[in-house]
Amino acid sequence: MSVNCDIAFTLNGVPRRLAVPADMSTLELLRDQLGLTGTKYGCGEGECGACTVLVDGASVNACLMFAVDCDGRELVTVEGVVAGATGQRLRDAFVASGAVQCGFCTPGFMVQASHLLGQGRAGGEAEIRRGIEGNLCRCTGYRKIIDAIATAAQGGDHG
Amino acid sequence: MAEAMPAAPSLIGRRIRKLDAPEKASGRTRYIHDLEVPGALHAKILRSTEIHARIVAIDTSAARALPGVHAVITAADVPWQRPIGVGKDHLPLKTDRVRSLRDEIAAVAADTEEIAEAALRLIRVTYAKLPVLADVTAAMAADAPQLHEGRPGNVAMTFDYAQGDVAQGERESDVVIEDVFRLHYVTHCCMGVSGVIAEFDPAGNLLLHSNTQVPFLHKREFAEALGIDPARIRIIQPPIGGAFGSKLDIYPFEPIAIFLAKITGRPVKLLFTREEEFLASPTRQPVLLKLRSGCRRDGTLTFRTVETVHDNGAYTSWGATTPFVMMQTISSLYRVPHCLYHTAAIYTNNPYAGSFRGYGNLQATFAVEAHMEKLAEAVGMDGLAFRLKNAQTAGEVTPQGMQFKSCGFQQCLETAAARSDYLRKHAAYAAQQRAPGPVKRGIGMASMLHVGGGAKIYPSDGCGTILKIDDFAHVTLMTGASEIGQGSETVLAQLVCEELGLPLEAVTVVNNDTDITPWDVGVHASRTTFIAGNSAIGAARKARAKILAAAAQKTGLTEEALGLAGGCVVRRASGERLFELGKFLRGLHFSDRAELVMTTFYYEPPSRHQDREFKGDVSAAYAWATQVCEVEVDSDTGIVRLLKVTGAHDVGRVLNRLGIEGQIEGGVVMGQGYALTEDLMVDHGVIRNPNFRDYKLVTAPEIPEMDITFIETLDGEGPQGAKGVGEAPAICIAAAIANAIWNATGTRIYALPFTPEHVYRALHGAAAPPAWTGGA
Repeated sequence: MSVNCDIAFTLNGVPRRLAVPADMSTLELLRDQLGLTGTKYGCGEGECGACTVLVDGASVNACLMFAVDCDGRELVTVEGVVAGATGQRLRDAFVASGAVQCGFCTPGFMVQASHLLGQGRAGGEAEIRRGIEGNLCRCTGYRKIIDAIATAAQGGDHG
Repeated sequence: MAEAMPAAPSLIGRRIRKLDAPEKASGRTRYIHDLEVPGALHAKILRSTEIHARIVAIDTSAARALPGVHAVITAADVPWQRPIGVGKDHLPLKTDRVRSLRDEIAAVAADTEEIAEAALRLIRVTYAKLPVLADVTAAMAADAPQLHEGRPGNVAMTFDYAQGDVAQGERESDVVIEDVFRLHYVTHCCMGVSGVIAEFDPAGNLLLHSNTQVPFLHKREFAEALGIDPARIRIIQPPIGGAFGSKLDIYPFEPIAIFLAKITGRPVKLLFTREEEFLASPTRQPVLLKLRSGCRRDGTLTFRTVETVHDNGAYTSWGATTPFVMMQTISSLYRVPHCLYHTAAIYTNNPYAGSFRGYGNLQATFAVEAHMEKLAEAVGMDGLAFRLKNAQTAGEVTPQGMQFKSCGFQQCLETAAARSDYLRKHAAYAAQQRAPGPVKRGIGMASMLHVGGGAKIYPSDGCGTILKIDDFAHVTLMTGASEIGQGSETVLAQLVCEELGLPLEAVTVVNNDTDITPWDVGVHASRTTFIAGNSAIGAARKARAKILAAAAQKTGLTEEALGLAGGCVVRRASGERLFELGKFLRGLHFSDRAELVMTTFYYEPPSRHQDREFKGDVSAAYAWATQVCEVEVDSDTGIVRLLKVTGAHDVGRVLNRLGIEGQIEGGVVMGQGYALTEDLMVDHGVIRNPNFRDYKLVTAPEIPEMDITFIETLDGEGPQGAKGVGEAPAICIAAAIANAIWNATGTRIYALPFTPEHVYRALHGAAAPPAWTGGA
């Protein structure tokens, strides 16, 4: 059994203090310890993007980051993304564009898209495609996800 | 309220938002991985480390002694277990022999996943190695060990089909060609990994939270495997993170979780890792296929002789039955008077194949459409004219017995060719083959036929619906149909709203609980919109008739003079609102004869079921499509880029335009992966790339431009004229890309996938075409 470490960080705008095992991933922390199940396990090795979260504004695969490394940082999950104006615009655009099928990859795409919008990196088709290249989707063929992000980047859903 | 209003616009063909999309996009949807059951234990499975071996001994004593472990089971603990799967050749926990690396030897239930994993590491298994049957050639050798009792020659299944006389067809041919094609392993890669939660209630009833695509038939299968009464099994399907055919069979992990729940008396949750998902999920069936075809000088097809051998893997699931679909494409996509088809599915020590979107049709279409192109060239016709000459039309009954009541195939061919500028580009690119420079363009065409009106795989193809309307005019639609992300819940709600003149918000769909929903044969064969849609319409029409009868009585008007629109009872002719529906229903509910619960079943219309020679009709309607792919091939690197897909799909009628576009686009990109990037590398029974780093799914930068046209043939039996479309878009892509590479380079590649190394070798004469090793 591993050693517990005390950490303090901000999660979706709320300061948190807790003890986490040294070998716990941020994905496990979010899902198992904090009950934030919007962040998904898709592969556990940083290849699928289903667990994408924002750490100090950077998009990160939560499965590849130790929970102890959240200490002193600011985390935003999909739950935090959709609580904000950009997230709501993205959610509406994903819904209106038909970007959601089974939906399992969708939270990761939502977080990554909010990151692209926040960085001003959703300016065109090619930039959006490159920006979501680390996220896998098996249902949609990506077309409507790209459309949704472009719509949100232009300021709203088209429904 | 008596103001007139314009007739409510039809919902059919509109872009309807998926009902569950807002919660999915918000991360609020709870998949099986997200469900917490109080008191649940966590289970893990110990799999074989040998490919083929006798199990000499299993020592679980150290694992049992680990604190936090509640049960460690092997086959010895469940002597009552029964074989599972399509072939019933597969015990969940192996007794004395393992036949593949995925084989389940023991399982642990513990307080946490970590403890369960630690316990697995303490289990000691002693094996005695047996010879590995690494491919069908080894498995068919005279001295090969027999993998299953009663299966001489390691033959799992055979299929034979014949029409006409192929010898006569060959005599009548001016051109005869023969080639061997090799189709590779790929796997579903559902983004949500497999999982199950099993628990017994105090009365001993089994509750399963399961991702199954076939809840009702699987109740019976679980009951048989466990020796319990099927009536005591309830299956709830949480939202499913992708399926694509992978959840059409039951697999060992499901009974194993049930065994553990029974033995521990606790709920048991079992989830795969991604690596496990690659190692222990079904694959698409790998096929070696020999095709001999002929035609007359005028382009009329004369015969096809097909032999295939399928690597069945170690056990039999639905993959072994894909020849049932393959032979339809071979006999009936184009008019061919003489056909002979033989398949054997051969046991090996490889991973075993299940069903996967398209169900054998990708493999058959790959071969058939290569020959359509080669024959066309041999007789000096262009590929479009040659296909049009042989393409089926509405009203035909094929020698196999398939009846094409609606058929937009010729329109699909003409539309896809015109929109892609196929003929001009094909000629221009062919003329550029010898031009300087490594990068060449090519364009290729392929077409498909697939079931679009259900599939008569079982004795019937039915689906039930229960529909109730509450006194606020809110409809609850209880359907046997399963939602796997494809949008069935939305399209069913849409069809009901169309009948009852209600907005989408007025319908709640209940579709995931066998204790509530009526019977259905599962989500497969592109059947749900057609079968469940017809069933839902039937229930809605019953409700409509009851409401209008009551309104007629109240108003003194005839039922024919009344309608439902905009949430009101209206005068049909003028649209004048007579009653607000909720208020009217409250009145009915307080009368003593409302009965606002409707039940219906839809079964496919009577037809000639296929007989033992596979003659007969398999679907109430058939879907057609032509897809044209344009590629860029770099002969210096072997990289093939898919630039554009132009598709024309006979879908009967577009119901939800947003949903159907999503199905087509997703299918096209899945077909692109099959053709260009995905390759489950199976090497002497070992999967070499069980992860997304080495098993390449298509990512967003690589998707092609897509130009999709829907051909609306308004099928007479389809719900509002629609036909099924779920599988269709994935079927032609690899075949069309192969033809495009040929157009670009003059090189025909007979084996998939078209990965850079494979294409480079083929272009530089360093890859021998596949040889037939399937026996005489």
